[in-house]
Amino acid sequence: MGQIIGVWIAAGLTLMIFSFLYKDNPFYKFAEHVYVGVSAAYTCFYTWDYFLMPKLINPLLQHHWLVIIPGIFGAMMLTRWFPKIAWVSRWPIAVSVGVASGLVVVQYMQGFVIPQIQNTLLPIAGPAVTFNNPITNLWNHPLNNLIIIVGTVTTIVYFYFSKKHKGFIGGTAKVGIIFIMVAFGASFGYTVMARISLLIGRIHFLINDWLLPFFRSLTH
Amino acid sequence: MSIWERISKVDRRIIYLLLSLVVIIPIVFRIPSTIAVSESAQMAYDAVDRLPAGTPIIFSTDFDPASMPELRPMMTAVLRHAFKKKLKVIMMGHWPTGIPLSTIILEEVAQEFKAEYGVDYINIGYRPGAGLVMIQMGREIRSVFDIDIQGNPLDSLPMMRQIHNYSDIGLIACFEAGAMGDIWVIYAWGRFGVNIIMGTTAVVTPDAYPYLAARQIEGLIGGMAGAAAYEKLVEHPDKAMIRMSSQAWAHILIIVFIIIGNIGYFMMRRAEKVKKRGTV
Repeated sequence: MGQIIGVWIAAGLTLMIFSFLYKDNPFYKFAEHVYVGVSAAYTCFYTWDYFLMPKLINPLLQHHWLVIIPGIFGAMMLTRWFPKIAWVSRWPIAVSVGVASGLVVVQYMQGFVIPQIQNTLLPIAGPAVTFNNPITNLWNHPLNNLIIIVGTVTTIVYFYFSKKHKGFIGGTAKVGIIFIMVAFGASFGYTVMARISLLIGRIHFLINDWLLPFFRSLTH
Repeated sequence: MSIWERISKVDRRIIYLLLSLVVIIPIVFRIPSTIAVSESAQMAYDAVDRLPAGTPIIFSTDFDPASMPELRPMMTAVLRHAFKKKLKVIMMGHWPTGIPLSTIILEEVAQEFKAEYGVDYINIGYRPGAGLVMIQMGREIRSVFDIDIQGNPLDSLPMMRQIHNYSDIGLIACFEAGAMGDIWVIYAWGRFGVNIIMGTTAVVTPDAYPYLAARQIEGLIGGMAGAAAYEKLVEHPDKAMIRMSSQAWAHILIIVFIIIGNIGYFMMRRAEKVKKRGTV
């Protein structure tokens, strides 16, 4: 019974959200606010139950006093609600920013910038080193490396603004724009696919989980 | 008013209606579609398939209900593959609103394979902190996840007794609706060299391809098409394969819209030029 009620609530909220396609209305607004509220409540509950309890409250109850330090820093963040002492929150923010910056700078170089640069240092001619599946031989085409190299260099030139985009630099930048446009096109295509998938998911739910079982229950 | 002008001013609700029809009809009449396995999905499958039985695999739930239509079939298919291969599944997540979903998915698939909690799989839930959580896990998983989602200490679970950090983990399969996949690559791969496969929503997929090209990840399952390909690879057709027919027809319709829109634009521009010449 509980599941049936849940399906009806979910179907009702889905239809309320879809009603926006016709025009903005109070049903849509209601469903939107419910979603925001429920998400916020879920996050609060999970943070309390799966972080604050096991990582702060329980260790304190077991006399592990060291966790008081991050606990106090966390509590200091809450002073942002009180304008007179809001400055106190800058200390934990400073610690967070400092730690995050230190981590990100090193890790970003090690885990992103250097491997990505390495991947563009390719032989111009010869088979691509990245993919080798016989199913899609196109990936293995000798021209692939050349395309990657030309695409990377011309796109970087497009974002080089210290010289006017005229002559050789201008021509190279124009080639860079073509590569950027292709990337935008690919992103747009994937975004369309994503949005259609969400629509399909909801319609699949409405038909298979809500309408069909409902009609079946009427006929039985 | 010419036909092109009328088309350019068509009510957007007619477009919504047409799109809804092409999505609904294949679902109602179960119109089949052919699924081509992409190379990136094949690579992800191979990465899981290479793992010997008993190898621990981490599943990271980095999505919420909004991305469920794409990522649920994908996670289900990879879980089926993992249980079929008798891998030890560790479920976790960086999005708190995704944990209830992944718990349902995990329990469903575990039941299908009669897997035992604590022996074949565990669910350690959520901790905030993303990058810091990943770094701590590289040293000792217990330093962040000392208990599982049910409150059991990790050491009380037989499966976890020999698992301490990434050096005991064969693969991380992360399911991404945002930028958490980048953080997995930057921190877990960059610092600890752990193997990763990524399942992403279609929006995130283009951003993940450079990682695949640089071999920072072992495979990539992109969007519903990727999920359908994985279902085909594990020989268990399910939601993604059923839905791909609607996906294909919707794409055809959108391509037709784009072509009509462009022809209309050029025709109207030409008509305007002719009109201007006439007045001069």
